[in-house]
Order: sequence, then structure tokens, then C-alpha cells
Amino acid sequence: MTLLDAHLVVDRGAFRLDVAVRIAAGEVVALLGPNGAGKTTALRALAGLSPLTAGHVDLDGRALDRPARRVWVPPERRPIGVVFQDYLLFPHLSALDNVAFGPRRRGVDRRAARASAAEWLARVGLAELARRKPRQLSGGQAQRVALARALVTAPSLLLLDEPLAALDARTRLDTRVELQRHLAAHAGATLLVTHDPLDALVLADRLVVIEHGTVVQQGDAASVTARPRTDYVARLVGLNLYRGRAAGTTVRVGDGLTFTVTDHVTGEAFVAFRPAAVALYSGRPEGSPRNVWRATIQGIQRHGDNLRVLLHGPIEAAADITPAAAAQLHLTPGQEVWAAVKATETHAYPA
Amino acid sequence: MRPASSRRAPLALLAPAAVGLVFLVLPLVGLLYRTPWTTLPARLTEPGILTALRLSLVTATIATGICLVLGVPLAWLLARVEFRGRRLVRALVTVPLVLPPVVGGVALLLVFGRRGLIGGWLDTTFGVTLPFTTAGVVVAEAFVAMPFLVIAVEGALRGADARYEEAAATLGAGRWTTFTHVTLPLVAPGVAAGAVLCWARALGEFGATITFAGNFPGRTQTMPLAVYLALETDLEAAIVLSLILLTVSVVILASLRDRWVSA
Amino acid sequence: MRIAALVLTLVLGLGVAGCGDGGGGGGAAPAGSTPAVGGPVTVFAAASLTESFTRIGKDFEAAHPGTTVTFSFAGSSALATQINQGAPADVFASAAPANMATVTEAGNAGGAPRVFARNQLVIAVPKGNPAHVTTLAGLAAPGVKVALCAPQVPCGAAARKAFDAAGVTVTPVTQEQDVKAALSKVTLGEVDAALVYRTDARAASADVDAVEFPESAGAINDYPIVVLKDAPNRTAAEAFVAYVLSEPARRVLTEAGFQAP
Repeated sequence: MTLLDAHLVVDRGAFRLDVAVRIAAGEVVALLGPNGAGKTTALRALAGLSPLTAGHVDLDGRALDRPARRVWVPPERRPIGVVFQDYLLFPHLSALDNVAFGPRRRGVDRRAARASAAEWLARVGLAELARRKPRQLSGGQAQRVALARALVTAPSLLLLDEPLAALDARTRLDTRVELQRHLAAHAGATLLVTHDPLDALVLADRLVVIEHGTVVQQGDAASVTARPRTDYVARLVGLNLYRGRAAGTTVRVGDGLTFTVTDHVTGEAFVAFRPAAVALYSGRPEGSPRNVWRATIQGIQRHGDNLRVLLHGPIEAAADITPAAAAQLHLTPGQEVWAAVKATETHAYPA
Repeated sequence: MRPASSRRAPLALLAPAAVGLVFLVLPLVGLLYRTPWTTLPARLTEPGILTALRLSLVTATIATGICLVLGVPLAWLLARVEFRGRRLVRALVTVPLVLPPVVGGVALLLVFGRRGLIGGWLDTTFGVTLPFTTAGVVVAEAFVAMPFLVIAVEGALRGADARYEEAAATLGAGRWTTFTHVTLPLVAPGVAAGAVLCWARALGEFGATITFAGNFPGRTQTMPLAVYLALETDLEAAIVLSLILLTVSVVILASLRDRWVSA
Repeated sequence: MRIAALVLTLVLGLGVAGCGDGGGGGGAAPAGSTPAVGGPVTVFAAASLTESFTRIGKDFEAAHPGTTVTFSFAGSSALATQINQGAPADVFASAAPANMATVTEAGNAGGAPRVFARNQLVIAVPKGNPAHVTTLAGLAAPGVKVALCAPQVPCGAAARKAFDAAGVTVTPVTQEQDVKAALSKVTLGEVDAALVYRTDARAASADVDAVEFPESAGAINDYPIVVLKDAPNRTAAEAFVAYVLSEPARRVLTEAGFQAP
């Protein structure tokens, strides 16, 4: 059952956002994209903080924003909850009163509002900090109060703007797990804006990737990571990605290089393979069906326990090599090597 | 706060600061030096003094109240609403600051006086006259003191983060509720500082008061007027009155806690 | 702490250095020769003398080329206080003997004061006399707004004398610090009447009407004039006083509405 049905068109002169989004009740959708892609614009439009130029926002069957019919519902009358990147907890109110703010504004009397607030603070594990002021809370604690504040009114649409971005790496790990728990329990629709793929993969049921104001790919985590459609997504999930013309089991990519693949594709196609699937040789390798090309080493970086070698040639590629193999080959920048990828390690799919 | 010894202030700042402080404090020292300490107790019990002091304190406080009720919304308008002519309006708000107070008093007479633009109508329709009344004193004081409040509050509002207001909206607060429950508490120290300035200015006002409200003991003779008239005949009486006004003001201002009026 | 010490030292030092009365040095005439009349003369005069003394000052400058007369017009009591505090003036012309006495008793007069004019009170009303005030007693009528001078000021003292003599009690809406301020309330139409000098009413005859009342004869103010003890320009000061007491000046004063002493 679709709860949120939105077609967000925002025209800002040089920049234009045109994104369609549908979210079902209980579903968590991650809006992923590089800086400047329009993620925050989309979130603000859904919240009613910026009006649409065209398109519509329908939530739970009710039109919230429809410029063509002059329908506009201001944010205070939308059944939404927002967790801002900086949390924006009211500095002059205690954590309890911050969380009680929403219910109070919707007509709930003070005692009942505080009771709900206390219940939610307990749910996020901060019951004993109810009387503290925001400046006395740590980053992780503030994030949880902000989440409680947004959820206490049981919103139909929950919007999260980079909810973990302000946290240090350690806190982020723990908070992400907790957040996943609360999102799973939330009955309404959830839109999560993030630039961190890990957030998207752990927290979301579905990914929507936008670049330059338009959707370039969407789908569940598995399919997006298995078949990235843009450089950005490919880099995000750590794959080498190329676009070319396919004819059966061969795909012609880059500067005259033909890949042999195991999938059958025709026409415009993508070819992807993991950096770990690339093997390097000093001389041209013979034998089993492999895609082989000659490349120059552009750079070598540490990458976890391995080395990531950046290759320049008919295609730009990244190869992950063990330090032992690298030492054996005496790999140095500027060196000429042969790169090979097995056909079975490649993924080809229509563009 | 770091201990003083570990971080000294540069002399280039300390010296002018000291001179500035002396400049401000010296006239007060002069006042104290010439106070007739021996006759002071007798003079303090003179009947007119308490009346003038009470009138001063009451009118200044009411004038500050008026300035808050009218000035805070005006400051909000200047800080948050984009409209054509905003810069002109802001300049107009500061006019009472540059206008000589006596001229301000004359201007008030031309508007609210018996033959004034509005005063005549007020008189015939409601029987309300402002000149020569205590209400007139309040009007004159509010006129000269309001710019202080408006400017201080506008500054505070500009410095406040407008995003809290967006957060309040997403939680269901309408514009008025956001203003009273979120914006005002955020700028409360700035409003308090502006109110203090406003009150102090109203308390010391002379030119506009004597011109618009006139001088009559018990009704319109505030402390500054009493001092001026005492100066005509009895310098020592004037000094005593000045000292009383000074002491009361300093006690009230010093008792305001620092954190109430600093952002 | 060091800042406090620095400030305290500066303040005390300056305080000690500045104590004592301000004394002006007198301008001494060059020894031996008959001094010529010239240079600047500063005259402190009551507000009611504004128009007449300004004219007299110009006549004096014409009669004694090389002199410049500067006036400070204000309430006589304010002027007396300023003189006693050491204001640099050559001549003092007061609107009442009481204020002159303040100066002579403080030892700041450079001779015996001489009365040069007398002034009588009138009731000034806005043009057309909208409140129909015709007598002194009429000022006490309900609904009539009256401006008076403050009792410390000569015209206020004279007004009180007149009221006492007539047995009339008037509650003014305001007590102004000098006669010109009281008059301005009438010209602005803010009050229905004010007790001012005949000379002031005459000077503002375009804006106000004057109503004479018989009781004013009992409260006439004598105007004394004196050269001050510490006059910077004693020669010119004495010449000025002499001129004020002379016939040409007297004509100017009478024209303005003053009476002869």
C-alpha cells in the first residue's frame, strides 16, 4: 500500500530537481547521491519547508503540495517527523520537553505529552537523561533524542537528513544498529537521505540514487550493488564499471577493448567486475578464457590489507593485489603490466 | 576562565581602556566629591524627593513595557520579513536617537498637543489629553527609548538560528506558537539587554519630557527635571538628587545577573 | 587587580589636582594709561531681556567699534548659579533682585547693582483668547490650562506675589524653567494662558494677545545690573553697564514694554 506518492520538481534556475518517489507503509527508502545532487532539496520539499515548482506530494491519500491546483499544506499541518542533520534540539528545553514539543503542539495536555515523551526516551535508552539540556548531551544521545522527538507523534512520513553524519565512527556503528531497529518498528513511510552507502545498505529496504537532480538508479540494495549504472554508484560499492556495446557474450568498451562475458546481452550494456578479480602479470598471460589488456601503473594505495593499483590503459581500472604479489612483480608507478580478468568474474547487463 | 597570570592583556588595549574608564567614572567622582555629606540626611527626607523618584521609576518601567510590546514585533519585522523599503524603515526607527530630545518633545506636541494632528481628535472624541499628564511623560520616554530596544532585539534575532523555527514547524507549531515558544526564548538575553538599555534611557530623559509633559511636582516632575530646577537655586540640592537617582539606578542595574542579559 | 589600581590612581590624582574653586583671572588693564574700550564682552541676561538687549548690544558695538557683545539668555536663577560656579562673564542683568542677591552674597559682584528697568506681568493668551480669560481670577476657572514659571524663577515669584495679593489660587499644568518656555506653551496653543512679562507678550505679539490685569501693579520686578568681580574685560563691561543706564538704551527698553526704574 503506497503511503507516499511524490513527484518532486523544483526549479532553481541553474539547478532542477525532478525525482519521483513512492514509499509503502513500513518501507525505508534511502535517497543516495553525491553532494549537490538535490537530496536535501527533495527532503525539504517533502517536509514542506520549500514549495514545489511542479509535480505533487500525496501522503496517505491526501494532497500536501500540488502547484497545478494551488494545493499547499504548510509543514505544521503535515503528519511528518524530521530528524535534521544537526538535530536542532531546542536549547532552552530539556530533552523531555523537546520530545514533548510535538504532542503539545497537537493539542495534547502537558501531563500526557510528558508521559509519551518519557516513554519514548526510555525506548531509545535515555530515560535517566530526561531533565538534561541539549548542550549536556553527547552527539549520540542528541541523535537519539532527535529521533524520539520525530517519532513520538507517530508520523505518516519520517524524514531523516544524514542522521549519522555528525557522529564519530565508533558511535556511528552502534547508533546505526539501533536506528535500524527503530525504523523497522516504524509503521509509516521513511525516507533517509545519506551519502554513506553503508547507511543505505544497512538501514534501507530500497535505494534511490540521484545525480544532478534526477534518479539514475533505484532498486533494492542487492541489485543496485550488483549492477551499478553510474560511476558514482560503482565507486560507492567498490566496483570497476564500464559502459559499451554488447553483441552476445562480448562487450566492446573503452578504447577498443572487447570483454568476453558469461551473460548474454545485446545493445548498450554495462560490464562490471571487482578490483580483487583483476590479476597483474609482467608478461602477457596465456591460457584460460581471460580478458587481457596492457596497462600502465598510475598509482598504488593501501587498501585494507591489500594494495589498490590504479591502472591506465584502454580502460581505467582498479586492481586489488596482495603485498606479496606486488613485491614479486616489483610494481612501481609508471611500470607497464598486463591485466587480466576472468570472464566468470564479470557481470554484464543491459544499460 | 584562565588565571590572569598565564595570559596578559596587551598594553596597547589596556591603556586606552583605562583612559576610557576614567573618562566615564570621573564625573561621578566629581559628584561624590562635592556631595554635602553633613547635610545629606536632612536633605534626603525632603518631601518632593520621594515623589519625583517614584514617578521616575514608575514612568520608566511603564515606558519600557510599551517599548517591549511594540518594539519586539517591530524588531521581528525588520529582522525576518523581506519587504520593500526595509532599509528606510530601519533608518526611520533610529530617528529618535539622532533627534535632540527637545525637538522630539516639540514634535510630540505638534502631533499629540491640543492643536496637534491627532491630539485634537483625541481630545474631542475621547477627552484624552497627553501633554502635562503622567501619561505624557510615559509617551515622551517611550519615544526616545524605543530605538534602543528595537536595535538590540533586531540584532539578537538576526544572530539567532532560523533553522530552529523550521524544526518547530515540522513538529506542528504554527508561526505565532513558534515565535513565542522557540524564537523568543532563544533571543531572551538580547531582549533583556535591550530592555535594560531602554529603561535606563527612559529614566534619564529630560528634554522631551519637559517640553511635552511640562513640569509639575507629583504629576510630571521626574528626577531629571527636579535636578534641573534644583540647579537653578541650590547646587547642593541638585547634587543630592543626582546622587539618589544614580544610586537607585546602579543598584538596579548591578543586580541584573550577567547571564540574564548576555547571549 | 592591576587594572583597578591603575584606574584608582588616575582618578584620585585628577580629583586631588582639580579640587578647589575655579577662579578666573581678571583681565587687567594695561598699567599707566587710560584703558580703551574694546574686545569681547560677555553678558549674562534674563530671558525676558532677549529682544531688547540684543538690540542694545548692537547699538553698543556701533558706539564703541572694536567691541563684540555676546549674550547668554536664560532664567535668572540658572545664570546666578552658573556665575557662582565660576562661569566667565563680564556683566549680569537679572529679572529680580533676589537672584542678584545670590550673586552679591557670594561675593561675585564687582560693585553695587543698579536697577535699570522694571517689568510688569500680563496674562498671555493664544491669539483670539479662545478660553476668554479676562481677569486674574479667571485663571482659576475649571478647565482653564495655565502655564506658570517655576517659583524659583523671577516671573514665577512675581506671579505668586500677584496671586497672594489677589487671594487667588491657581494650579498650573506646568511650571516652566524660564519665561520664554512658558510663553512657548501659549504660542503652541497647548495652554489657555500664561503669566509672562509685558515685554515678552509684546515681543510675541504676532502669536499671542496680552491681557492686562490690575493686580500686576503689586508685583513688579526690578531689573538690576552689575559688573562682575572677575570680569575678564572690566573696562568694556563698565562701559556696557553705563550704556544700559543711558538714554538711548532706555528708549529701547521702553519701546519693548519695560518701565523706567
